[in-house]
Amino acid sequence: MPEAVLALEGLHKRFGALAATDDVSLTLRPGEIHALIGPNGAGKSTLIAQIAGSLRPDAGRVLLGGVDVTGESVAARARRGLGRSFQVSSLAEPLPAIRNVMIAVQALAGHSFRFWKPVARDPRLVEPAMAALERMGLGHRAATPVAELSHGERRALEVACALALRPRVLLLDEPMAGLGPEGSAHLTELLERLKAEVPILLIEHDMEAVFRLAERISVLVAGRIIAHGDGDTIRRDPQVRDAYLGD
Amino acid sequence: MSATLLLEQLINGLQLGTMLFLMASGLTLVFGVMGLINLAHGAFYMVGAYLTAAVTAASGSFLLGLAAGLSGAAAVGAVVELVVIRRLYHRPHLDQVLATFALILIFSEGTRWLFGSSPLWLNTPEWLAGHVPLPGGARYPLYRLVIIGVGIAVAVGLWWLITRTRLGMRVRAGESDREMIGALGIDISRLYTAVFALGAGLAGLAGALVGALQSVQVGMGEPVLILAFVVIVIGGIGSIKGALLGAVLVGVVDTLGRVFLPLAFRAVLPPAEATDVGAALASMLIYILMAVILAFKPRGLFAAHD
Amino acid sequence: MTDPTPALSARRPSRRLGRQGLVQLLLLALLLALPVAADLTGHPYYVTLASRLTLIAMAAVGLNLALGYGGMISFGHAAYFGLGGYVAGIGAFHAFDMTPFLGGIPGSDNLLVLWPIAMLACGLLALAIGAVSLRTSGVYFIMITLAFAQMVYYFANSWPTYGGQDGLPIYLRNQLPGLDTQEPLTFFLICFVGLVLAMALTSRLMGSRFGAALTMARLNDTRLATAGISPTPIRLVAFVISAMITGLAGALYADLNGFVSPSMLSWHLSGELMVIVILGGVGRLYGPLVGAALFIGMETLLGGLTEYWQLFLGLTLLGVVLFARQGVMGWLAGREPHA
Repeated sequence: MPEAVLALEGLHKRFGALAATDDVSLTLRPGEIHALIGPNGAGKSTLIAQIAGSLRPDAGRVLLGGVDVTGESVAARARRGLGRSFQVSSLAEPLPAIRNVMIAVQALAGHSFRFWKPVARDPRLVEPAMAALERMGLGHRAATPVAELSHGERRALEVACALALRPRVLLLDEPMAGLGPEGSAHLTELLERLKAEVPILLIEHDMEAVFRLAERISVLVAGRIIAHGDGDTIRRDPQVRDAYLGD
Repeated sequence: MSATLLLEQLINGLQLGTMLFLMASGLTLVFGVMGLINLAHGAFYMVGAYLTAAVTAASGSFLLGLAAGLSGAAAVGAVVELVVIRRLYHRPHLDQVLATFALILIFSEGTRWLFGSSPLWLNTPEWLAGHVPLPGGARYPLYRLVIIGVGIAVAVGLWWLITRTRLGMRVRAGESDREMIGALGIDISRLYTAVFALGAGLAGLAGALVGALQSVQVGMGEPVLILAFVVIVIGGIGSIKGALLGAVLVGVVDTLGRVFLPLAFRAVLPPAEATDVGAALASMLIYILMAVILAFKPRGLFAAHD
Repeated sequence: MTDPTPALSARRPSRRLGRQGLVQLLLLALLLALPVAADLTGHPYYVTLASRLTLIAMAAVGLNLALGYGGMISFGHAAYFGLGGYVAGIGAFHAFDMTPFLGGIPGSDNLLVLWPIAMLACGLLALAIGAVSLRTSGVYFIMITLAFAQMVYYFANSWPTYGGQDGLPIYLRNQLPGLDTQEPLTFFLICFVGLVLAMALTSRLMGSRFGAALTMARLNDTRLATAGISPTPIRLVAFVISAMITGLAGALYADLNGFVSPSMLSWHLSGELMVIVILGGVGRLYGPLVGAALFIGMETLLGGLTEYWQLFLGLTLLGVVLFARQGVMGWLAGREPHA
């Protein structure tokens, strides 16, 4: 079995009496999509925050490419190749789409304490950003301010921003949220093509997309992973049907 | 360094802390409930002092003056909230800072226009002019002890208001969940006006009480306002408990520093230089205290809010 | 792959750029022409007034970098303005007195020595203040920058060597080799060059990678961190550069007035610098110049009519904040093209 690019080992996080993350371990292997599903309030956001680095776990480790990054900041993890998208899109609204992508390219192209050369005509920033936009079908919208993009375009732009980091791992937080059936289908196709290149940890509500895309599925309920396996295993698991699919 | 001097200075520090608490509690309430940063809070302090001085001079009664200062400042606060402040609740902090800075200019120049540039004087009323013996033989001004007493009474009153009354329940609801109290059908705009007027009244009370210790003049609220900022930054913005603790801490550290730092430097420097160095360092002491506390607790000692 | 350049520049409609560019050119030309005319017609007072306007604008250009472009609401920029002033004053004091500073460093009245020292001192102070203040954000940041500036103010007040609260006179304006700095027009031109350089630097900076990161730190710092760039060091460096520009303006300002006192450090001045940035238009290159012109204009005109002119300043400011957030540059030059 190939080595995991992302591994969570026994993560714990408590808020007062509430165990938001209760001994969570999972792995993401090269070339796969591993989906994390669970009902609202299961602790998905808390878990994502611990993977991305905006929240420190009380116990346990986060390994990225075999390196322990548990103590590292969001920015440091991003530099190690953790790309992510947000459930509620987190983009700079007044800026053109390409500027949102270029900032990720910029981090990759060295430090940002360069005070003189204009970025607008810097091919080392513009070209990779353009390429990422085009992969997500947004090439023609490069110069459009984010505020004028449609919801679907924003979701795609989020992914483009993550891709521009040339990530080793993608962490996608409900990328289908709010997309119509057509938008979902389109994005599903894109992700399917993407996974050969970048393994994806997919947090998603859209079950159709999850069962189609994911090699493995983990089910999070009340902070614990109650089931784990391929699509068929999960569909048949009585506990999952009880806690989640049954409702 | 005698024990009597230390005791005397401790009480002085406590008195300064009391004034700061009266200012800071209003600021921190307004921030905690409405999310507003109000630079013009010092203007209510000034309004309280001027009204007290003017009414005391006209009527001959300090108590009447005090009542006028307190209620006048609260009334001015209510009017300011209705006319200006309520347009700022949903604005960014920058707008709040600028608009309330504009209010400072308007209040300061308006007061100068009405009362002139020369300070007013307000004497301690005779029945409070006496001294109280301290252990060790020194005597301490009764009036300053009364100020401390008022501060304690206000602290107890605020605690009672917030934990035991309907208004307080609404205030606490406002701190934790603004949408919820809207959903409960509580008239939020009346609540906000009341909280703002309460804060303004407490600032006015502080100004009125201090008016009898110092001259009453334009701009008198500003140094106190900035100290009150230090207090709530230390205590944690939005927390009354933090304001109380921060106020006492700042009052005592500032007062003791000014007296004892120059004395301490005499051990290592010639007297004239020791006084200079000590005084300069003492003036920076509370800011250094603030920096140290922030280095460990960026949200203050009792952070109630993000 | 399609060439992205036309798409990018399409976001800058040439009509707007043209209007904004025209307004900007006109403003600079006016600022240069008026004092020259005043000097030729023998009105040195107006030359000095123009120098004052230029330096206040330059101080505000510094603040604009932190406040407008970086979104850091510093309520303590008077600390750097005043510190710059004190460097000029203390250098002149020791040069005049022939006494050493801190027991060993000789005084100097050479501006080529004093300016770098002023900027260095302000940069270091801003580094210390910024390092603590940037641990926080929002209202905390506003209050803490204010409090630290107040600390510097009280320190200057209670330190008697350099005049304490009475301030420190600069008997002879500090020297620049080959120029007569006492000559009002010459000194104005020095200030003018300083302002233009500060604005050019800001413009260049904001177009660079650093500027892109700073813009993202202001608009969405989560996005910046997710892209792998830590926001705090970016902000801190911008804060330091901002303080250095304001400090240089302060050094020139002390020389203009022949005097430096704690009033250059006062929180009122911090507030006024913010007001100037806002009146002109936040985060616009020419906003500080327009704001300073308005401020000095109101002070000169209204101040001549009534002692209470700040009352009207307050009312104007209140009106602008409540009803006209784009500032005057927004009104003059149209909406900011976001590039």
